[in-house]
Amino acid sequence: MADIVLDKVSKSFPDGTVAVQDVDLEIADGEFVILVGPSGCGKSTTLNMIAGLEDISSGELRIAGQRVNDKAPRDRDIAMVFQSYALYPNMTVRENMAFPLRLAKLDKETIDRKVDEAAKVLELTSLLDRKPANLSGGQRQRVAMGRAIVRQPKAFLMDEPLSNLDAKLRVQMRTVVSRLQKQLGTTTVYVTHDQTEAMTLGDRVVIMRGGAVQQVGPPQELYDHPKNLFVAGFIGSPSMNFLHAAVQDGELHTALGTVPIGDRVRRELEAADAPRELILGIRPEHFEDAELVDDDTRRRGMEFEAPVDIVESMGSDKYVYFTVEGEKASAAELEELAADAGATDFAGAGGNLVTRLSAESPVAEGQTRRVWFNLEKIHLFDPANGRNLTLHEGRAAGALAD
Amino acid sequence: MAVETTTRAKLRWGLLDVLVVVFALVPVLWIASLSFKTPATLTDGNFIPREWTLDNYRTIFDTDQFVRALVNSIGVALIATLVAVVLGAMAAYAISRLDFPGKKLLVGVSLLIAMFPQVSLVSPLFEIERQLKIFDTWLGLILPYITFALPLAIYTLSAFFKQIPWDLEKAAKMDGATQGQAFRRVIAPLAAPGLFTTAILVFIFCWNDFLFAISLTSTERSRTVPAALSFFTGASQFEDPTGAICAAAVVITVPIILFVLFFQRRIVSGLTSGAVKG
Ligand SMILES: Nc1ncnc2c1ncn2[C@@H]1O[C@H](COP(=O)(O)OP(=O)(O)O)[C@@H](O)[C@H]1O
Ligand SMILES: [Mg+2]
Repeated sequence: MADIVLDKVSKSFPDGTVAVQDVDLEIADGEFVILVGPSGCGKSTTLNMIAGLEDISSGELRIAGQRVNDKAPRDRDIAMVFQSYALYPNMTVRENMAFPLRLAKLDKETIDRKVDEAAKVLELTSLLDRKPANLSGGQRQRVAMGRAIVRQPKAFLMDEPLSNLDAKLRVQMRTVVSRLQKQLGTTTVYVTHDQTEAMTLGDRVVIMRGGAVQQVGPPQELYDHPKNLFVAGFIGSPSMNFLHAAVQDGELHTALGTVPIGDRVRRELEAADAPRELILGIRPEHFEDAELVDDDTRRRGMEFEAPVDIVESMGSDKYVYFTVEGEKASAAELEELAADAGATDFAGAGGNLVTRLSAESPVAEGQTRRVWFNLEKIHLFDPANGRNLTLHEGRAAGALAD
Repeated sequence: MAVETTTRAKLRWGLLDVLVVVFALVPVLWIASLSFKTPATLTDGNFIPREWTLDNYRTIFDTDQFVRALVNSIGVALIATLVAVVLGAMAAYAISRLDFPGKKLLVGVSLLIAMFPQVSLVSPLFEIERQLKIFDTWLGLILPYITFALPLAIYTLSAFFKQIPWDLEKAAKMDGATQGQAFRRVIAPLAAPGLFTTAILVFIFCWNDFLFAISLTSTERSRTVPAALSFFTGASQFEDPTGAICAAAVVITVPIILFVLFFQRRIVSGLTSGAVKG
């Protein structure tokens, strides 16, 4: 077991592509860290550099305090699980799992014992004599995990290990991976493009965009206190709503009405180069049916009326989609997020407002409904650089903070 | 109605197949038939011999000439095949895995060699080999065979290597293998069908060659069967050698058939299935 430190690590490919740029990251011993971001943002390249499968162009990589930039993968003592599983098709499950041990020249008895142990943990015992071709996707995935854990390496690297499984199996395997990691306590770096996986699995999440790290932190912190527009839009499902907001006379004019701002944001906006237009972000759960809000809560937010588009009742609560008028929020980050989500998941920047209301709300499709939202949970972003203006010392405090 | 059409279609295709097979096999069967005929009935025009005899076979194995040529053929073809496949595998592996300057040029040039008319090289090769004192030796045949077999080997093998998921090699490296171990223990076994296919093609090329065999040899020392056949006289020079030549022709197709049958079982398609994804 060991800690992994990336010190200004960069990667540029011979064709000039800069895949990873100045990544600084300290992964503690035993920690479970997730690298997440849209496809092409450099996650796999980062992981491959840690693995030793890709050369590091500049910067330093240390494992257990030792510089390993120039070490071959076999001398780094870390195991990797590939998205494609990469099982050796000519070997049985047992031979696949024994392969790293045989290369390490362990004696036959030890190998058998270790393989049997790992097989038991992953419930593969009855499959040991099969070839990979005769296994289901989920079983192959477990064999790939087995091959990684069997030799008790210093760290595990996993590159989208669950993305080839169907949705149900993926959720199951997620808990398997999580439990396994807790049980073994081995430092793990896990790559995914699925923000749900990132939120549910990791101790800490690293959000990447275009080869650069955007924000590092525990899942909840990223969710509540996003540093910028990209992080805010990437984390959360359904994603945060984004609205265009025009700054005028110390107030914000938005499609939801005129939003008051507190002293802190005002000070930000008084600077000479301050933006005249902002992007207002608010998460679906920070809306509520105005009828159901008590007076105490009501004071912390404001209300608007809008026609109901679609109601999706989830039992525990209702997702209600409203149509709102007004200018659309636009920023490079939002376009990128929409492109990555295939425009279906990411309604965030459109003329659509996604809200999560209590199940008791009598809201129906076709009505115009009065809706309350929490001003303390609002984020304001600078469209030019995506910076979260409501964030103060790493905490988001809403639009009203003094 | 639909069933009727398909049966008729099947019948049509079946007939066509039979036609093609007959067309291809008649000359071969004719030679086989001639090889079993006695000198007297050789020209009677019957497809099925009236009088069966094994004399022709006895004759060719009695003459030292043929046996010697057979040994030369087997030796030269096997060695050339082995070398071409090993060298070809290494080159193809590099081509399919590495990005190095001049890669396209290299592939292009090797294809060019394959297209080069061999006839135009015979005279220069003859002179060169005489100077180098390898004229009329095994080496003198093996070298040009390798030259012309390599492009073929590289081309087919790189197609096979490209099919093997690169992740497997990365996985092997992560599991603690050196580059060499990864190649030998993971990649090579998976490339086996490709290696065998290439081996068959190269072997047949070397085995069938007449041009180099006739021009780069002068004695029984290194003359291979295709060349030796043309010098065939039969048991004595007064005998008509047709029957014996036919028997020899049948005998030299046997190793090819054995070679193909033996390796065909190894050419299991889908050997890599199950390596990646579902
Ligand atoms: N061998 C390579 N040569 C050139 N560019 C590459 C190579 N591998 C990856 N890239 C580029 O580097 C970027 C990051 O790739 P990757 O790390 O695979 O992204 P991710 O895993 O986050 O989807 C992409 O833009 C990709 O096109
Ligand atoms: Mg990737």
